[in-house]
Amino acid sequence: MHIVVLLKAVPIVGTERLGPDQRVQRGQLEANGNDEYVLEKALKLTEANGGEVSLLSMGPASAIDALRKALAMGATRAYHVQDEALAGSCIRGTVDVLVAALRKIEFDLLFVGADTSDGLGGVVAPAVAARLGLPYLSYASEIRASGTGVSIDRLSPTGFDVQEAASPAVVMGTQLLGEPRYPSLRGIMQARTKETTTWSLADLGIDPASVGEAGATTRFIGSETPPQRSGATVVKAPPDEAAAAIVDFLATRRLI
Amino acid sequence: MAAIWAVGEVAEGRPTRLTLELATLARQLADASGSTAAVVLVGHDVTTAAAEVATYGPVVLAVATPDDDRPAAARTAALLADLLEERSPDVVLIGASSDGKDIAGALVGLTDLPILVNASSVSWADGGPRVEMSTFGGRLVTQSAFVGTRGIVLVRPASVTAEAAATSGAVETVEVDAGARLGAVRVTGHTEQAGSAVPIEEARIIVGGGRGVGSPEGFAIIEDLADALGGAVGATRAVVDAGWIGYGQQIGQTGKIVKPALYVACGISGAIQHKVGVQTAGTIVAINRDPDAPIAEFADLLVVGDLFEVVPRLAAAVRARKAASG
Ligand SMILES: Cc1cc2nc3c(=O)[nH]c(=O)nc-3n(C[C@H](O)[C@H](O)[C@H](O)COP(=O)(O)OP(=O)(O)OC[C@H]3O[C@@H](n4cnc5c(N)ncnc54)[C@H](O)[C@@H]3O)c2cc1C
Ligand SMILES: Nc1ncnc2c1ncn2[C@@H]1O[C@H](COP(=O)(O)O)[C@@H](O)[C@H]1O
Repeated sequence: MHIVVLLKAVPIVGTERLGPDQRVQRGQLEANGNDEYVLEKALKLTEANGGEVSLLSMGPASAIDALRKALAMGATRAYHVQDEALAGSCIRGTVDVLVAALRKIEFDLLFVGADTSDGLGGVVAPAVAARLGLPYLSYASEIRASGTGVSIDRLSPTGFDVQEAASPAVVMGTQLLGEPRYPSLRGIMQARTKETTTWSLADLGIDPASVGEAGATTRFIGSETPPQRSGATVVKAPPDEAAAAIVDFLATRRLI
Repeated sequence: MAAIWAVGEVAEGRPTRLTLELATLARQLADASGSTAAVVLVGHDVTTAAAEVATYGPVVLAVATPDDDRPAAARTAALLADLLEERSPDVVLIGASSDGKDIAGALVGLTDLPILVNASSVSWADGGPRVEMSTFGGRLVTQSAFVGTRGIVLVRPASVTAEAAATSGAVETVEVDAGARLGAVRVTGHTEQAGSAVPIEEARIIVGGGRGVGSPEGFAIIEDLADALGGAVGATRAVVDAGWIGYGQQIGQTGKIVKPALYVACGISGAIQHKVGVQTAGTIVAINRDPDAPIAEFADLLVVGDLFEVVPRLAAAVRARKAASG
């Protein structure tokens, strides 16, 4: 069984900074938290049933650290799509590139995270599935894979639905798949010699003008830092007084 | 004339709150731009829901589907793709719910339309929608637009307040015969799990519990306070991981992003991954033993104290105040 995991390197949550152009500076990157959950599940499934896990990431050169960590966790190899012309890609551009890369890889299952901490879209995965004409199973809290297909528990407002599809299929998973492992020292050593393939846009046969800033279908107008909350009013009082103070506060704000 | 569409969702025969918000937003954008507004409702029986949505102003396009329960992305997106090709609306608003995101993503793949996600506010400027999104835990708000004239906007809950219109829209029944465009997914079972009655995305008031609540039993006082305030129960990942409460209640980076009018955080430290899920709440009240917990930086009112002493008294005081004024 060959599982490909889509892994995005994102700015470290909480440390994002704005550059002089009012855009987010791509400083140090880490693996997107949601992608590590599906990676963990992919590793468990291949450990139990045999097979390999490949990583696919589109991102700048600095994404390599996130890929190395995922290799150290146990992935077999990484494909890294990296090209100067990709900076400023819109979602459609990202989808085009990932689809072109996936057409070069033969896989049984494609695992993706629920969304990215910097994009917050949660739409790249279904778009990739639709473009490839593959079944799309989402919001998985459990994934069961057999040689010929996949079955998941999809979270619903009232519980979960069991969904099934034949391979190849695209599966989006959630945090409920389980805590990702930490790389072991041995894993970190092994990761150094694992295969990492870097693809440029030319390698994928994509016209640089059709992606990145040049080919973007959406445009950035500007950004602002909203006024932050001005600091809390602090109440230190015995519980009865504290409760009364909260009620008064809620009443002045017409919340009760 | 331009056309603004919204894709609605129906749950147990009724439109979701997010659907009514989108209907309102579609009407407002149509008014601002001199366009027409329509809401598409797809489902086995959407007659009642269609009538309700129509009172918010837009025309309702009711698309009846056979009573299969294929996932929304496979069924609704394929259908919508056909409808979009046939009628080419300019703007398609879709709610950022689980199904909404699946549908929006699949539509991008099927139609090649551009998409702007995570919208917390949508206005009309320079001949198209201008979309505001809040990122990085509310520390940054960006504005974006489409390069061309058409596109999909994925809209967060509570971006607008749903308001009925002076005149209702018409309901039009639409027949679409969508071919399968995504690979087949079969639904082979359903499991019901006990969960909160009110989905947190829809709640105006949320009472959140964190590790400070101490145990699954400790959530009883959190639930009671939520009940007194007429709100829903939220939680941090720490307590979801501990199995004290379901994942559906988790607020934050890997949980839900919510925008209630009031958030009461009980025994929650306010880690950045939690903060990003609730930063845009109207008012935040925190009850925490530790005056230096990070939540002090983004709460409006911080009560320093033991939640086991404060929360039950607060529930009682809220009920007393409501009884006195009600
Ligand atoms: C990739 C990733 C994704 C994550 N996603 C999320 C997410 O979506 N949502 C989320 O919430 N977290 C998320 N986290 C976890 C997050 O970093 C924090 O660990 C978590 O939010 C802490 O939960 P907590 O506030 O309940 O617990 P703690 O941080 O342990 O805080 C407990 C608080 O309770 C107070 N307290 C204790 N006893 C009492 C008492 N009797 N009365 C009053 N106060 C008391 C303490 O002073 C403390 O401030 C994520 C982390 C990672 C790495
Ligand atoms: N640049 C990228 N490289 C690899 N995977 C990505 C990339 N962007 C998005 N993804 C995948 O798609 C999922 C959803 O992303 P998004 O729609 O941006 O929230 C992520 O969790 C990743 O698994």
